[in-house]
Amino acid sequence: MGNAADHKALIWKVFGILSAITIVEVALGIVKPEFLFTTQFLGTSLLNSLFLILTIVKAYYIVWYFMHLGDEKKNFKYSIVLPLVILIPYLATLLIIEGSYVHDVLAPYINWKY
Amino acid sequence: MGANIADQNEGKTWDGGSTRPMGASYGKMMMWFFIVSDALTFSGFLAAYGLTRFKFIDVWPIADEVFTHFPFMHGTHAPMYYVALMTFILIFSSVTMVLAVDAGHNMNKKKVTFYMFLTIIGGIIFVGSQAWEWKNFIQGSYGAVQLKDGKIVQFAENGHQIALADFVTSHPKERVDHTRHNGLWFESGDANPTYTVEEVVASFKANPQVNLRIEKIDPETKKKIIVSRSEGLKFLSQAARVVEGANLEVNEYGSSQFADFFFFITGFHGFHVFSGIVLNIIIFFNVIIGTYEKRGHYEMVEKVGLYWHFVDLVWVFVFTFFYLV
Repeated sequence: MGNAADHKALIWKVFGILSAITIVEVALGIVKPEFLFTTQFLGTSLLNSLFLILTIVKAYYIVWYFMHLGDEKKNFKYSIVLPLVILIPYLATLLIIEGSYVHDVLAPYINWKY
Repeated sequence: MGANIADQNEGKTWDGGSTRPMGASYGKMMMWFFIVSDALTFSGFLAAYGLTRFKFIDVWPIADEVFTHFPFMHGTHAPMYYVALMTFILIFSSVTMVLAVDAGHNMNKKKVTFYMFLTIIGGIIFVGSQAWEWKNFIQGSYGAVQLKDGKIVQFAENGHQIALADFVTSHPKERVDHTRHNGLWFESGDANPTYTVEEVVASFKANPQVNLRIEKIDPETKKKIIVSRSEGLKFLSQAARVVEGANLEVNEYGSSQFADFFFFITGFHGFHVFSGIVLNIIIFFNVIIGTYEKRGHYEMVEKVGLYWHFVDLVWVFVFTFFYLV
């Protein structure tokens, strides 16, 4: 625990980072740079992967500095973070792979000619 | 008095002694564990959204064509500005919350009160904004036609989507809205849409500059495909009804599951924000009457703060998956 002024400065710094990331995200979402938007990588566009990374960075700053998880004991940190880091990507990966598969199977049967 | 009652611990946070597992108090740890489980619940919802979206990847509505409204700017195309504003409001109320927690560490009652108050106001503004977003989504902005097989077709001019009101001329209607008051044997029925299918089809035929826009996305340009006039007429020969706005069964933006997930996930999140506001108000009054001053610490503010930050955290993900990706 540092002194009070340090804490305040850190809070505003984190606020600045979160705001900056949000502004970048919205700007990218509106401009949709051609290269990022159309390049496919791992089943989605580079732009989407970038959004995902920026979101995780934001989540890190919220959890670590606003929720003060960074100040907790090591074993407590892990007991919170590990279940989420293991389970969520696991679930998301399986469901998204399944979703793509269902799409590949069903899409040819949808009629677009009348 | 039973010796095994949980609150018989002489003011210690944990029953059975003063050991604090993992250096955290009971309340704080349980709040964290609740947050872990709630985070998994939200991931389940968002992952289900991901599954559905990948299942309909070639027809899914494009978010920045759906959410284009901004208060006091009618008719302007303002994609995502409004949700960005909402995100800032929520991040800012997170900042005031963490400032309240910080002031609590310094036992500064006045500042805790002030920052808690700002947090509550921020939360109320956010929920209000979400209600406005829902209102626009439910009312819709363009209107569309649903075909007999459930597909949604929209209308476009020069490559841009146009509203039904921009080209459809309506005629006086025969049908009246039946309700319980004027029906003889009324059970239920759809409300009259602004335009009938016949009017839309006739106006489409009469306006050669209007084109039909189908749900399918062109994989090259990642835009909705606009079909030729002759093909458009073939599509419209299958027209079943006019759709304006969104509900759980059908929506003018495309796949009905898009609206279902939008209502469910943002609604669930909005309810979390609402609960957070109620908790914040309770803690706010406790701060004012000096409960925590007497107790000697403001840990309760910290615990409710954890919940509030979690709500902000979930919004960060909802924002990404519904509006950006």
